Order: sequence, then structure tokens, then C-alpha cells
Amino acid sequence: MRLDEGALRALVPRVLAGLVRRGEDFDAAEDALQEALLEAMRSWPEHPPRDPQAWLTTVATRRLIDARRSEAARQRREEAIGADRPPAADLGDFTSEPGDDTLFLLFCCCSPDLSPASQVALTLRAVGGLTTREIADAFYVPEVTMAQRISRAKRTLRGRRLDSPGDLAVVLRVLYLIYTTGHTERIDLAPEAIRLARQLTLATEEPEARGLLALMLLNHARLPARTDAEGRIVPLDRQDRSLWDAREIAEGVRVLQSALAMQTDERPPGRYEIEAAIAALHDDAASAEETDWDQILGWYDDLLALSADPASEDPAAVLGRAVAVGHVHGGAAGLRETDRLGDAIGERHRWHAVRAHLHELDGDLGAAAEAYAEAARRATNVSERDHLVRQAARARAA
Amino acid sequence: MPRYLLLKHYRGGPEPHHPFPPMDQWAPEDVEAHMSFLRNIRDSLKETGEYVDGQALTPENTWVRWGGPDAAPVTTEGPHPETSDLVAGWYMVDVDSHERALEIAAEVSSEPGPGGEPLYEWIAVRELMTE
Repeated sequence: MRLDEGALRALVPRVLAGLVRRGEDFDAAEDALQEALLEAMRSWPEHPPRDPQAWLTTVATRRLIDARRSEAARQRREEAIGADRPPAADLGDFTSEPGDDTLFLLFCCCSPDLSPASQVALTLRAVGGLTTREIADAFYVPEVTMAQRISRAKRTLRGRRLDSPGDLAVVLRVLYLIYTTGHTERIDLAPEAIRLARQLTLATEEPEARGLLALMLLNHARLPARTDAEGRIVPLDRQDRSLWDAREIAEGVRVLQSALAMQTDERPPGRYEIEAAIAALHDDAASAEETDWDQILGWYDDLLALSADPASEDPAAVLGRAVAVGHVHGGAAGLRETDRLGDAIGERHRWHAVRAHLHELDGDLGAAAEAYAEAARRATNVSERDHLVRQAARARAA
Repeated sequence: MPRYLLLKHYRGGPEPHHPFPPMDQWAPEDVEAHMSFLRNIRDSLKETGEYVDGQALTPENTWVRWGGPDAAPVTTEGPHPETSDLVAGWYMVDVDSHERALEIAAEVSSEPGPGGEPLYEWIAVRELMTE
């Protein structure tokens, strides 16, 4: 029998949450479950269990007991006065629906006490069920480094009471970070981020969770068209739109609509819903020329309204809006919008790249070439750098 | 088998054999030819089993040293003299011999530039110490 790794990994948050709710320490339970998973991968192909979740729980529990026994023996040997195990997590506020398990674990892993890199690593292991090796590959660091990052994160959480509901905004940010950063030649975490976001939408009614899922789906749908056979970046306006994943777009739009349906005057759409709406408008255009820039600009106005001082708090949104302004009111108007960002992000390649694009819209190819070249010099990603050099050469030659 | 770093530079090194303008001023087809040449080098090194790693660096370079007890680290304010070396990136290869490392470096150096002419770029070849 072939092992269904997806199904196996889907059990991870459920089993782990069960152990932690029962009063096991998060750190020890997570270790025990990892061992149980490795054993499952070894033995299930030959001997599939009747109830996989119960099997994992039993084996992980056995590991926990073994670990406690050897720990107790060590303590006896050292004649140490063993302090009681840290107080068990008080989980009164949580019922045990499978969806709640995911949410509960996400809150544990996305504790504000952890650095973003640790939140991401721990989430992928404890909720996503990925191995340390896979996570290390995705972020291009040695396996020992990732193992250390994970165990330090778990140590930070040790003995912490896990009863206060966490900050959903942090969870959303962590999932989006997984979506945007975790891909190397060897492994791509975007599908994993989408899977986790989908689980999250089953666990909470919060529209922003749906907004995030929709945003990921609507962007991911364009992935097949974003690079050509040689790995070169293809900008949105030159992509072959027949390569876009129509099913993913349809699902993204449906999820977004269900989020927007929940909006009220007191609760206007949040940033992920807005960004998803912008992505949906791009996905909806049959050609670049048919893009509804007026509507996109309207959504960017809403996005900026979420910040008191957008230029310093959310420069990426102001930059995105400047592009929309360029398409609606002309390149020169768009360029004026970018001026106020000079202080905040004038050092960043994206500022120069957007200005280059706006110069092109304005018909000033010389200035566009200069700005593309400057953006290329400041780029921090090889594919983007190469793309910007090409754009500079193209603008100069035109 | 010995390992070597083949270092490419933004600037520095011996007098250029053949000066050339920055790439954004080349004809678009020359840019394409250059980039695809370097992609092929990487692919063929993977095929021969000699490729270990390849990375590019941004041109930002900050020098920093300990500032002493209770003091912030001391950094130099750019810009640095135009003559100082500035590494742009590297290939790390695992090869049979020093000669083979030089051969690969020379091939990298033959990368096409404006008009398809070889760049004759100087490549620094450094052997890694074993542990």
C-alpha cells in the first residue's frame, strides 16, 4: 500500500492538539509525535492501521511515557529534587472540534513571543506536519540550523499557559509569510500555506482568514504563467492568460465573495480581503488592456484608508496605488504619487522599478531605462535582477 | 576531490582585458545570450557532477567591527574607493584538479558580451581548505 502522506500530515494538528489538551507539554508532545510519524512512514505501508489517528496518539503517548521514564531515572540518578512538571495547559475555552485543534495549535506556534522565522518553522512542523529537513530545504538553511531554530522556539513556549486565545492577525501574517517566502528549487511551500489557510477558514468565521485564502489562491492561479521555460520572469501584462488556473481563480473568487458578504459598516473589509479583490480584478481581465484599473484604484483607496499614515506604515500599498493611478490618470500622475515615498523606501529596488514602469507609461523611455537599471542594482533576488536588467536594455533599445 | 570558489567581481582585479559597458546598456539580445550562457554553465556543471553551489551578492558592502564594551558596532560609511575589490558572486565546484577549476573559470570568462564578443572577465579561483 502506498502511504498517503497528505492524509497522514492532516492528522498532525489533531493528534498534537489532543495530546496538549490532555496536559502534555507542547515541546515533548511535538517531539513524540514526530517520532510517531517517522514510525508510521516505516510501518504503515506494510501494516496500515485501522484508525490512523488513534494509532498515532497511542504511539506518541508511548514515546512520551518512555521519555518521562528515562527523565525520571536520570533525575533519580542525580538525586535531584524534581520539580513538578509545568502546570498543564488549561484549555477550558477550547472545545475539541477538529477545526479548533488547528486554530489552537496555530495560536501556540504563532505566539507573539517568537520571532517570525521561528513562528514559520514551528507552524510548518506542528501544524503542517513537515519534517525538519523539508522546512530547512524550503528556506535554504542547513538542517541542523532549522532543528535548532525549532527547538529554541519550543523551549520559549515551554511551561507557558496555552489558554489565552492568540492573535489571529499574527497567524494570518505567518501564513502569508510562508506563502511568499518558502520556495526554493527543491521545495515549494505555497501549496502548504494554502492548505493551512484553508484549514484556518474551517476553524474561524473571521472574514480576513477567508480574505487571506482568497488572496493566495488568486495569486497562485497565475503561477504557471509567471516564468517562462528558461525560468525568466514574465510580467503580468505579458503573461499568457490561458495558462492561469481557472479552477483556482473560481475558488478564490468564491471564497472572497463569502468574506465580503460578511462586511458591515462597523466592519469594513480588511487588508487581505482588499488585496484579494485587487488580485481578482487582475485575474478577471481577459487581456492586460481590459484590466479594470478604475476599480483597482478604488480598492487601493480603501487599503490606504486602513492606515493613519500610509506612506510610513504601508508604503507597499501606496506604491501599488501609484501604479493604479498611473494607469487611470497617466504615468506623470503616478510618478507624483511615488514622490512622497522617497524617504520611506527610496533605497529599495521596488520603488525604482515602479517608477520605471510609470516613466514608460508616460512615454519617457530614457528615464525608464535609467530607473530600471537603478532598480536592478538594488535588487536582492537573482530572477528579479535579471528581469530588471532586461527591462532596462529593452527600454534603452526601443 | 578539491573544492574551489570561482569568484566573479563587480570591480577590482587585474586590468580588464577588454573593457565593456554595464549590462543594462547592451542590446537586449546580447543580454539574453549572456544570461542563457551562464544558465548553461550551471546546468552543465550539474550534469558533470561538479556543481556544489552558486550564489550572487548585491553590490552593497558594509565594513563592520566591534565597537568595544557597551558601544555599538562601528561601520564604515560608503562609498568605498572605486579600486577596491567587490565580489559579485561565485560558483563552488568540486573537481578532480586545480587545472579543471581553471578550465571551468576560463569557460565562465568566455561569457558573451556586447555584440556576442567574449567578455574576457577576470575570475578569481580560490581553493577551499578541507576540515
